[in-house]
Amino acid sequence: MEFGKLFELFIAAALINNFVFTRYLGLCIFFGVTKKMDTSIGMSITFTSVMVISAALNRVIYKFIMIPLGLGFLEIVIFIGVVAGFVQAADTIMKKVSPGLYYKLGIYLALITTNCIILAVPLLNVSEGYNFIESMFFGFGSGIGFSLAMIIMASIREKLEIADVPKAFQGLPISFIITGLIALVFLGFSGLITL
Amino acid sequence: MSNAESKISYIGLIKNGIFSENPIFRVALSLCPAVAVTSGVKNGFMMGIAVLFVQIMVNVTVSIVRKFIHPKVRIPSYMFIIATWVTVTDLSMAAFVRDIYAQMGLYIKLIVAFAIILSRAELFASKQKITPSFFDGLGNGIGFLFALVIIGFFRELLGKGSLWGYPIVDTKPLLIMILPTGGFFAVGILMGLFNWIDMKFFGGGGASGGGH
Repeated sequence: MEFGKLFELFIAAALINNFVFTRYLGLCIFFGVTKKMDTSIGMSITFTSVMVISAALNRVIYKFIMIPLGLGFLEIVIFIGVVAGFVQAADTIMKKVSPGLYYKLGIYLALITTNCIILAVPLLNVSEGYNFIESMFFGFGSGIGFSLAMIIMASIREKLEIADVPKAFQGLPISFIITGLIALVFLGFSGLITL
Repeated sequence: MSNAESKISYIGLIKNGIFSENPIFRVALSLCPAVAVTSGVKNGFMMGIAVLFVQIMVNVTVSIVRKFIHPKVRIPSYMFIIATWVTVTDLSMAAFVRDIYAQMGLYIKLIVAFAIILSRAELFASKQKITPSFFDGLGNGIGFLFALVIIGFFRELLGKGSLWGYPIVDTKPLLIMILPTGGFFAVGILMGLFNWIDMKFFGGGGASGGGH
């Protein structure tokens, strides 16, 4: 496994196939937390770490438990269970071990459980046939891509607060249109690397 | 449960799901599929049917087992109920509508993470009898279907000049509408339009601001 391939995978997941702008996933959280800059930074950190760990964990469970037992068809049920269980455990451990960190990032953990991207990454890992290292890089790239999207969006929305938007378009509708414009920009990344 | 509560009008429940609490345009939940699968009416329709089925079955199942589930473990239990029905839908669609499934298989699997299904199970079906839960699921599912079909209608008409795969207009289409950008634009503009109609004619305050 050469490093160049992993780097390509990372760039592809973060920029070219950015989850928000070209795969349209995780929009609920994306629009929910990007009202303020510091919440989106907190969310980004939590999100990326949960993503990497859950990609690795699900990969191991898929390879060593589900394939030998022929349980491939239960992937949705098992993956959502694993993610929910892991997030719950992380929540409890963080509360005991590092209350300061828990106070800062704990609320985001609870939100993450039902996020589409967290579930999409293991599912894509399975369907694309990535191995353990590749899965982790894919998860990391996706996390970074999502963080990038959230931070861009948060900085725009903070400016938007003082803009004079027509009343019917205030809030969510205008955010959607802005996201559309950013998606247009991200379209420029396609063809950067051909996998 | 009081007698008054059990006499909920079923028509009202369905209307509620389609208009005043439309999952996408009004409550702003489960936005991912609204953009992801609506590049054509057909895909939007199939996705809507899948969600409608899952929503009804989850509501009915939750309503049946609501007395046996301890309140402390109810959310994980609901997640497993949803995941089970999504697996059923996923495998059936993989078997019967292969060409569509090839395009949107990932999004069918991700129905499990749709906030709207969990929120109906939690807010409605966990407190109500089977029949009202069924109609609530029906109303919300139809509302979802309706929203997806409308978005798909505009995107396919403008982006490809066709409807349901059949060519309608002969001019050069606006390619942007079937790209990701067009999806976000279509949802944003339609949402604004619904807000405007609501404010202008019904005196509402616009949609609540989204969230998870």
